[in-house]
Amino acid sequence: MDVVVLVKYVPDPLGTPSLGEDLLVVREGTDGTLDPGDEHAVEAGLQVVEAQGGEVTLVSMGPEVAMTAIRKALSMGAHRGVLVTDPALRGADTLATAKVLAATIARQPFDLVLSGVESTDGYTGTLPMTVAELLGLPSLTFARRIELGEGAVRIERQTDLGYDVLETPLPALVTVTGAANEPRYATLKGIMSAKSKPVEQLGLGDLGLNAPDVAASQRVLAVTDAPARGPGEVIEGDDAVARVADLLAESKVI
Amino acid sequence: MSAVWVYAEVGPEGPATSALELLTKARTLADIVAAVALGPGATQAAAALGAHGASTVFASDDPIYAEAVARPAAHALAELVGRHAPDLILFSSSHEARDVAGRLQARTGSTLMGNATDVSGIDRAVTQIFGDSRFVEVALDGPQPKLVLVRPKSFAPEASGGTAEVVPVDVDIPDELRGARRVERHAEDVSGPKLEDAKVVVSGGRGLQDPANFSLLDRLAEAIGGAAVGATRAVVDAGWVPYNQQIGQTGKTVKPDVYIAIGISGATQHVVGMKGAKRIVAVNKDPLAPIFGLADIGVVADALEFVPKLVEEIERRKGAP
Repeated sequence: MDVVVLVKYVPDPLGTPSLGEDLLVVREGTDGTLDPGDEHAVEAGLQVVEAQGGEVTLVSMGPEVAMTAIRKALSMGAHRGVLVTDPALRGADTLATAKVLAATIARQPFDLVLSGVESTDGYTGTLPMTVAELLGLPSLTFARRIELGEGAVRIERQTDLGYDVLETPLPALVTVTGAANEPRYATLKGIMSAKSKPVEQLGLGDLGLNAPDVAASQRVLAVTDAPARGPGEVIEGDDAVARVADLLAESKVI
Repeated sequence: MSAVWVYAEVGPEGPATSALELLTKARTLADIVAAVALGPGATQAAAALGAHGASTVFASDDPIYAEAVARPAAHALAELVGRHAPDLILFSSSHEARDVAGRLQARTGSTLMGNATDVSGIDRAVTQIFGDSRFVEVALDGPQPKLVLVRPKSFAPEASGGTAEVVPVDVDIPDELRGARRVERHAEDVSGPKLEDAKVVVSGGRGLQDPANFSLLDRLAEAIGGAAVGATRAVVDAGWVPYNQQIGQTGKTVKPDVYIAIGISGATQHVVGMKGAKRIVAVNKDPLAPIFGLADIGVVADALEFVPKLVEEIERRKGAP
């Protein structure tokens, strides 16, 4: 079973993000990491190949520094990586990103493509489906549980009411929620061996794409401060219970 | 004349509230407003969609749109777009809408913007970033239609009193797009009122320490009366409570009169789903928890000690003559 996992390098989710003069999120020279949501996709991929054999290939698009995200996923146990880096991709939108990822995935045989449900920095949550459409693949999204059968994959998808069971023949793309598994920690051995695992670096030209194919389709017109909710009072001690009850009474909910 | 479409999610129980929200906005943006409704309940939903601003509803009751995942709906929508060339299509942020919008983008080569909190024209929309501390207005370029996914409750639905012409959708769905199937549906019971409608939401996070302690929130909700119980993504991912209780970026958006956050640190992921509450109360052991930055009253306390006392006080007040 050949598994491709899409991974993204994101600014540290615990850090304070900032905008550059070009109004794009500053990604270089800041602390960054493998998107925590993607760790669940990597874990799901590793579990599949542990049960069925095969290898996990990581596919990522990003600046040079995105290599740290790939190395982290390799240290968890993935087998190899491909990183697409190109100056023309700076500020790439979802369609451009999907084209790059689809073209990269299509370079090797695969049975299953896995990804997180949305990135921790962009939160659009549509990119994997765009990749699937470009590759002509079925997709099962927002999985809280994944089961591989004979030539097919079945998932439990989170829904507003509970969950649905979905299934599709392979090859297919599946997006994985944080509820699907507990990502493993990299062992020291894993970290050491990650350094020697193969990572291919590609540019746009290697994928048969040109700068116009990935031209940005959105322009930031203005960034303004949103009205802040003023912090209220922070209290402690015996009085607090009565104060909260008072607020509920004032709001006429008790 | 510009045309704005709404991808309206429908079911046997009627159109989704999000469809009515989006139509209310759409009719302020363009002269021609249409809805696309696919799956069982579509034709029946046309009356409500018309009453909220759609002059045309492209409808198909074909069960394939509910039984097969994403591809038939994306295909039908792409075909309709090809025939009628709308300028802008609005989607909700639901899982189904994301599936369809993401696929449509690949077909049309359109730009797509997620997480919009407002739509300021047929080619521009507004989102909020960095924990919603900044508004970002974005111009949408490239081929039509522009695709915008809007966060829930960004607009209040208002009826316009209109009626819609129903246009049946006659698109053939190729067999190869029918492979991914929905084979079972399960509802997980949540007691009490719906999160989206409740006047009070009591919500819990990791600070509750153990899934068993979540029952404290049920007791508080019960003492208040008519309160719903929500949760952060962290505890849903950990399996403490089902996803249908999740509030935040990847869950539900709530705007109750009072939101009570118990043991919740205030991660951006959560905050965007609840910061629209009229009043916010936060209880957290850590005096530096970011949630205190937006709470009307922040209580530095151990939730396990504080909540039972609050329940007692509410019951005492309610019991008082």
